[in-house]
Amino acid sequence: MLRTILHRLLQTLIVVFVLVSFTFIAVRLIPGNPFADEKAMQPHLRERVAEPFGLNASYPEQFGLYWKNILTKGDFGLSTSLFGRSVNEIIAHSFPISLTLGIFAMIIALLIGIPSGVLAALRKNSMIDYGSMIFAMAGICVPAFVLGPLLQLWIARNFDSLNVAGWERPSDILLPAFTLGVGVAAYVARLTRGGMLDILSQDYIRTARAKGVPTFTILRRHALRPALLPTVTFLGPAFAAIITGSFVVETVFQVPGMGQHFITAVTSKDYFLLQGIVLFYGVLMGGANLLVDIALAAMNPRLREGS
Amino acid sequence: MSSALPANLEKGTSLWKDARHRLFQNKLAVLGLLVIIFIFSACFIGGPIMHKMGIDPNKQDLSNQFSGPSSGHLLGTDQLGRDLLIRILDGGQISLLIAVLATCLTVSIGIVYGGIAGYVGGRLGNTMMRIVDGLLAMPFIIIVILFRELISARVEIAGLYLTDHWDWNRDLVIRFSNILPLLIAIAAFGWLTMSRIVRTSAASLAQQEFVEAARSLGLSHRRILFRHMLPNMLGPIIIYATLTIPSFILYEATLSFIGLGIEPPNSSWGTLIKEGANFLETKPAMIYYPSLVFSMTLFAFNFLGDGLRDALDPKAAKD
Amino acid sequence: MRIAKALLTLSTGLLIASCENRTSVEKATEAGILVIGNSNEPKGLDLHLVSGVLESNIIRALFEGLCVEHPSEDGIALPGAAASWSANDDFTVWTFKLQPEGQWSDGVPVTAHDFVFSYQRMLHPKIPAKYSDMLYFIKGAEDYNKERNPDPNSIGARAIDDHTLEITLRGPTPFLPEITKHYTWYPVPRHIVLEYGKIYSAFTDWTDPGNMESNGPFKLKSWNPTHHIEVERNLHYWDAKTVSLNGIRYLPISNTYTESRMFLDDQIHMTYTLPPEMIPYAQEHMPEMLRQEPYVGVRFMRVNTLNKALDDPRVRHALAAAINQSALIDGVLRGGQLPAHGITPPFGDYVTPNAVNFDPEKARKLLADAGYPGGKGFPEFKFLTTDRDAGRRNAEAFQAMWKEHLGINIRIEQREWTTYLQRQYDADYDICAGGWIGDYLDPTTFLEMWIKDGGNNNTAWSSKEYEAKLREAENTADAKRRLEILAEAETILVTDLPVIPVYWYTTNYLLRPEVEGWEPLLLNNHPFKFVRLKKN
Repeated sequence: MLRTILHRLLQTLIVVFVLVSFTFIAVRLIPGNPFADEKAMQPHLRERVAEPFGLNASYPEQFGLYWKNILTKGDFGLSTSLFGRSVNEIIAHSFPISLTLGIFAMIIALLIGIPSGVLAALRKNSMIDYGSMIFAMAGICVPAFVLGPLLQLWIARNFDSLNVAGWERPSDILLPAFTLGVGVAAYVARLTRGGMLDILSQDYIRTARAKGVPTFTILRRHALRPALLPTVTFLGPAFAAIITGSFVVETVFQVPGMGQHFITAVTSKDYFLLQGIVLFYGVLMGGANLLVDIALAAMNPRLREGS
Repeated sequence: MSSALPANLEKGTSLWKDARHRLFQNKLAVLGLLVIIFIFSACFIGGPIMHKMGIDPNKQDLSNQFSGPSSGHLLGTDQLGRDLLIRILDGGQISLLIAVLATCLTVSIGIVYGGIAGYVGGRLGNTMMRIVDGLLAMPFIIIVILFRELISARVEIAGLYLTDHWDWNRDLVIRFSNILPLLIAIAAFGWLTMSRIVRTSAASLAQQEFVEAARSLGLSHRRILFRHMLPNMLGPIIIYATLTIPSFILYEATLSFIGLGIEPPNSSWGTLIKEGANFLETKPAMIYYPSLVFSMTLFAFNFLGDGLRDALDPKAAKD
Repeated sequence: MRIAKALLTLSTGLLIASCENRTSVEKATEAGILVIGNSNEPKGLDLHLVSGVLESNIIRALFEGLCVEHPSEDGIALPGAAASWSANDDFTVWTFKLQPEGQWSDGVPVTAHDFVFSYQRMLHPKIPAKYSDMLYFIKGAEDYNKERNPDPNSIGARAIDDHTLEITLRGPTPFLPEITKHYTWYPVPRHIVLEYGKIYSAFTDWTDPGNMESNGPFKLKSWNPTHHIEVERNLHYWDAKTVSLNGIRYLPISNTYTESRMFLDDQIHMTYTLPPEMIPYAQEHMPEMLRQEPYVGVRFMRVNTLNKALDDPRVRHALAAAINQSALIDGVLRGGQLPAHGITPPFGDYVTPNAVNFDPEKARKLLADAGYPGGKGFPEFKFLTTDRDAGRRNAEAFQAMWKEHLGINIRIEQREWTTYLQRQYDADYDICAGGWIGDYLDPTTFLEMWIKDGGNNNTAWSSKEYEAKLREAENTADAKRRLEILAEAETILVTDLPVIPVYWYTTNYLLRPEVEGWEPLLLNNHPFKFVRLKKN
């Protein structure tokens, strides 16, 4: 087991290395200067500006230095769009915010998704099934950049205790987390419904039903736990997806998280910040997938042999 | 395999016929199918008819902005006095085309890549999947920007060659040539999940008796994979493909939101909704009409997909 | 651990929050804190390194130049770090007497040496100061900056004593006090900068909260990236009794629609801007909060004269005359912008030549004269613009107007900001959207950019005659005559029309009525020391 995990870790690191290298090349292939803005740079300043960032060196030299600094000093470089701030500092500062938002979004997704899925499965092909699935699916059928403003307009403006946007008061997390969470709720509901249908058709549940055990007791005692297994395996990648995909919500709700930095880094060609965030996301994804696989292997001995 | 078989299979109906029967029992899925047929015909038949009638999606009239519905403009006009209905229909062509083509691409790549990874298994198969895991962290916005810079210009040269030499419809060629970067970028991102799905079912099929038998008969790997295993993987693939289309429509919209959408003045649902959202307070019709069509389509695809899943493969819901 | 704590405070906070009944902005007003939208995260606060408007909004609160802006009138220089000033007869040597009580926020006196140090630092060949050319008015500044002369003392800025600064200029500059209002002319705290690095070290920690000391009405309190920047009253400021605000909170709200909604929800006192879609809404629902003010800026398009078809003034004039500026302003922009008939926006005594007006008849005739009657044979060209909403809106309108009036087809290319700029610098475009905001109230801020190799020209157009006029104006001390020469120069420019002016900017924003002392100013550089919050 330990050997497999170590092996997987090594693989993840290699993939992340390739990923960051690709980003390194891609972002330099796109025309655009990280230091450009409306006020043009005088020719004699061009090299001067790039000097503190080591961007006057050749690409292979930059590449070598980048990895050397990471491996020897844990230094991910300096942001060019936020003069002189280190990428480490920016990520350390913004990731906890994105993480908090992500955890809340996940909770909301589960609160909406699991009951909808269970209800839908219990009354398959009935109005209740359709109704709860329509409700759960709203999140993947209405884009976040429509849902967000609608919530701002319909809810925040009518409740004094909710702000339209910002990250000042504790209640500010509710709307962005909801917007982000409903996008995942649909998948949770779908998986729960599928898992539930599967379990409900099993003989032991049928027997229990035939004996007249109340539905709620069947759910609580026998059905819910096995039915939720597929949902649980989905949580890892879903959580990573929430974290990396939060940029729309962060922009709409003015949340100072990593997503905003990611977009800025791309549009302003902030080489080091972008590479740093990609690296971070890569490790995050790899870690999430690894955890899921370990969990799966622990639950299902047959799979352990297979992989 | 046997415990979940429904009773009516005993009558000797084929798997597909039986699936169709189950699908039609699901009213929501049937409704979804009808909506999809309606939307597709509206966009791909209704749209061109309106073009023939002389309604130009890019014809501006700054003296007639935000007019309400009228006989000349069934859904009224937008911020530049353009007919909103034809822009929604034309936008639908772009969005649906991107989604459907990208799905075809992802399915093809996914089948080959995921199929091989699942069939070969072992260390190679695992490594192939680790690559997929890693690529999932790829900042796909960069891919869009990169492709737009590297591909657009060349596609355009090719497109203009076609219009000049083979007399193709110029507007059409231009309109569709600039979806290519978006298409490729979405596919470049989308095949990853498809590969995982295919790999899972391929891995389980590879251990079944008929595959063993085919192997012992000395059939080539390619033949085993495509002739014998593929038909058995079609169920999950079709289901997943149906569910992929709406998520790609959503991707396109998200790309439009960050300014990487289709080239103006052409519309896609994403750009219409993005621009419409700006009028939420002032001219809500600008956002309600396009989002309504958009969300309806997405709902329809999702319900059809879920219905197919219930009908074809009740257990696939575990993926 | 940090996360668990955050979660805990969040959930308990939710309970407390529901009992709150005053709006955020009311609480801020009570505390004397002005809360404003500031569009984006500032690149930095080192005034020698930044070049944007949003950074200048913060720097203006923290630092103070020799002269400061009058709260309500343009073109008047009030005493700032300098108590008084005088010039010689031909306006080439200026002497500034500094405030005797002037102090940095840590109590260290502000001296003439700080100013000299600041100018030497900004011009230092190792400092990547993009705006260094704002100091080229000073004699020897350009030579030192471009490494033609290695001696920093050759720069014409000299400290005669601790409180007397003498500045020698390269030519007569009667409007120097106006220029010293610009943040490039502000001092930096020599003792702090040198504590965190050498004179030539860029990107040091001296601008971090806790490190930075400033000489303006406020000092830096906290800086939480992409969240907020807060400044608080500077107790050592020489004119602290005038300052009314206890602090200012800058929010980097990049989504302008979110910003408007935050304003409508009583979260901020003022927006950075107001998107066009919201203007009619504001006019209807809150006319008393809507501000629409002239702004010295011009929207134009650069024409790449390397493109054969476009290298014909008749074609460029045809393109210009086919644009219905008023329809664009009334129908799309809605911000009360002015149709631009020249480059330099109207201000002061300068008379902008009248070269561009909407006239489809004339446009068609000009295009026919150039050899493309009815647009026939005119090659399709591309219009390069940004990926922002405004860029798309304008481009679509131009496209339709050129199609309608001239029968010309264009394609629109939207690119994200840095790529757009790079293609512009590389002259890799046909026609390209652009704009310029004046740095100071003088036509040269709009005209100097069109000289050959000016960095911002990018049209491949140049004219020796035009540049000769600019040099002539530079050496003319008579203010009236000087403006006439500049107008002649601009006439040369707009006759050739390598840039097609479209409209002159206005600022549109929302401002709550309790904010007082915020009057229309052409450069929009409002001095925060005069701003007050009326409490109920």
